[in-house]
Amino acid sequence: MIRALALLAVALLSAPALAHKPSDAYLTLERSGGVLSGRFDLALRDLDNALTLDANGDGEITWGEVRAKHAAIATYALERVTVASSGERCTVSVTDHALDTHTDGTYAVLMLAGSCPQPGPTIAVDYRVFIDIDPQHRGLLNFVEQGQSRSVVFSADRPQWVVGGDAAGPLRQFATYVHEGIWHIWLGFDHILFLVSLLLPAVLVHRDGAWRQAGTFRGAFIDVAKVVTAFTLAHSITLSLAALGIVSLPSRWVESAIALSVVLAALNNLLPVVANGRWIAAFGFGLLHGLGFAGALRDLGLPTSSLALSLAGFNIGVELGQLAIVGAFLPLAYAMRGTWTYRRVILAGGSAAIAAIALVWLVERAFDVPLFAMLAAGRWADASRFAIAT
Amino acid sequence: MRTLLLALWIAAIAIVAIAGAGAEPFVPSGDDVVVERLPEQGDPTLKELKRMRAVLANDPRNLDTATRVARHAIEAARATGDRRFLGQAQAALMPWWTAADPPSAALLLRATLKQSQHDFEGALVDLDRLLAREPANGQALLTRATVFTVRGNYTAAQSDCRKLARLTTRLVVSSCIAGPASLSGDAEDAYRALAQALARAGDPPGIRAWALTLAAEIAARRGAVDAADMHFREAFALDPRDAYLRAAYADFLLGNGRPRDALPLLRDETRNDSLLLRLALAEQMLPEARASFDVHRAELAARFDAARARGDTLHQREEARFRLAIEGNTQAALALARENWKVQREPADLRILAEAARAANDAGAQKIVDEWIAGTRLSDVTLAAVRGARR
Repeated sequence: MIRALALLAVALLSAPALAHKPSDAYLTLERSGGVLSGRFDLALRDLDNALTLDANGDGEITWGEVRAKHAAIATYALERVTVASSGERCTVSVTDHALDTHTDGTYAVLMLAGSCPQPGPTIAVDYRVFIDIDPQHRGLLNFVEQGQSRSVVFSADRPQWVVGGDAAGPLRQFATYVHEGIWHIWLGFDHILFLVSLLLPAVLVHRDGAWRQAGTFRGAFIDVAKVVTAFTLAHSITLSLAALGIVSLPSRWVESAIALSVVLAALNNLLPVVANGRWIAAFGFGLLHGLGFAGALRDLGLPTSSLALSLAGFNIGVELGQLAIVGAFLPLAYAMRGTWTYRRVILAGGSAAIAAIALVWLVERAFDVPLFAMLAAGRWADASRFAIAT
Repeated sequence: MRTLLLALWIAAIAIVAIAGAGAEPFVPSGDDVVVERLPEQGDPTLKELKRMRAVLANDPRNLDTATRVARHAIEAARATGDRRFLGQAQAALMPWWTAADPPSAALLLRATLKQSQHDFEGALVDLDRLLAREPANGQALLTRATVFTVRGNYTAAQSDCRKLARLTTRLVVSSCIAGPASLSGDAEDAYRALAQALARAGDPPGIRAWALTLAAEIAARRGAVDAADMHFREAFALDPRDAYLRAAYADFLLGNGRPRDALPLLRDETRNDSLLLRLALAEQMLPEARASFDVHRAELAARFDAARARGDTLHQREEARFRLAIEGNTQAALALARENWKVQREPADLRILAEAARAANDAGAQKIVDEWIAGTRLSDVTLAAVRGARR
């Protein structure tokens, strides 16, 4: 019996066999709708390096010394981890402090709570804790949603990850991105105005220097189909190329060019340069609009595990949204095509108004001045608007 | 009695497992509770390192301070086996870490750190650049020879060592040459030259301990057990803090059926993964250390899991040994040993590859071992035993 107790004592003495380990921190985030919760474990030894916990310099950290730095620890950690969803930053705060033991020593535990104003299918996490004082530090994130968890590792070379979006199974996820694509085209005014500018003359033909009504619905329909197909094909190409990282252009350049495309499309209705070959313009400018869609998709984030599926879903959503606009527009325009109102007020007046609005966008985007802040803000907020399918 | 013993062991392991898992956060009972002891407690060298880092923080682009911090931190990592110090060294060098053409002092330390991260190609690029600038930089030559040796390029290693002849002491030159020479068919000559150089006094204890460790390892590979033991003990007396030496000596003792002699070397070194592995290997051979072995086995498994979680591949050699000798997972061990062999080609890397190949009866891996031995004319009694046993 005595021997047994001695052995037990040996076993227990060897229990806190602390490891030498490179610096790691453990972040757990759980999301439910727009609500975040979680915990963040940071080694006291690493925190001491960053914030000097050992106030009296005796080589020992007491609980009192940790408590004295609670506010500083929370600020330090929260300043270096940002969480965003749909391009909007989520708020995260520390609700409680505790300690925990890991293989290499004691860690401060920060209990987290937060919320995301625009809960999209994914969250984007940017992590820069400790990397300035230890470039070999790693942040291990465990993201939990709908009972599923995924792990990623942050490092100095890889401080950003997009996680989530694949918790709900492929079908639901596909639906999510389709939904998002539809809303993106409906709320992206510049895309709608571009499309409308190209569609307005579709029920007319340009002959002898003036717009006249098209003879048949079939002719008008074919004209619309050509424009829409060309636009779709073009933006699908560039959206895919950009989303897969094959093509990358500065967003300011892309957004300015999109505004310019709207100006030109609208002006073309007033002073036709390209009358019956508008599908060519639709294709050329469609390439630009695809890059714009890619920017919105980047804000949403694509789950790496099912990139192709989500990308296809978003693209199909954009097409569906576009089709709905065409479906609503064409019969109405066809019915009105013979009226003076259509040619003078809607075509000429509408095109002039579109050109004016787009010109403001162009100046804003090219020179980065908020002339029209309201609409622009609306566009960005709307682009990233997202209602997760319930 | 036996049942009671077993029950107690299981209870002990369960308690440890629960404690180790860190299931629930806790709040200490009072402000006076000591919750962490920092490594610098009772260690003036580490205290000084911390002080220098504070100075550097106020003047991070000061090359002189930065290189002193990096050197001290690398030394601390070597002595303790604690890789956080390597991170600190890299942090000190951050202003020059990605520079194409940093100052020589930063370049040398950067190469050393890349070597420690097993980025041998990156280390060679930096060392080539440094030596093109300063062909007579002895430390750079020695470091490059080491990298060449780890990669199994013994001709290039010896060529660098010979360039050291006019730059440093005979003992350093002999030690430098002895490593690669002993691994490529000239073990006897290399050992004799090293022993002659060791017979002369004058080198600082750190250098002598390094040379004695090398001599011990060469003697062990040649089967000169008594000489090896003597060299290890001499080296240990000179530099009791060196973790590499402890691990090498422990391996020697384990290989010669002396696990009980290895215990005192390892018992207080459980923070270091390599040394904890040797401790578990020793305990595995000792029936009376069963309880402690079970604890250490679980601890090692947790540490390898933690390393994998952060994406580390630096411990493949150690993990292969763990999987093979302790877990008996032959296939996992062989996969790790093969991956490791792509990166490192030291005798220990070859040995674990040979052992895993034999256990798995894997002809492909055995062929790699045979061809390497034939190509380098390596002679190693411990390896011969492994290969002999498979036939």
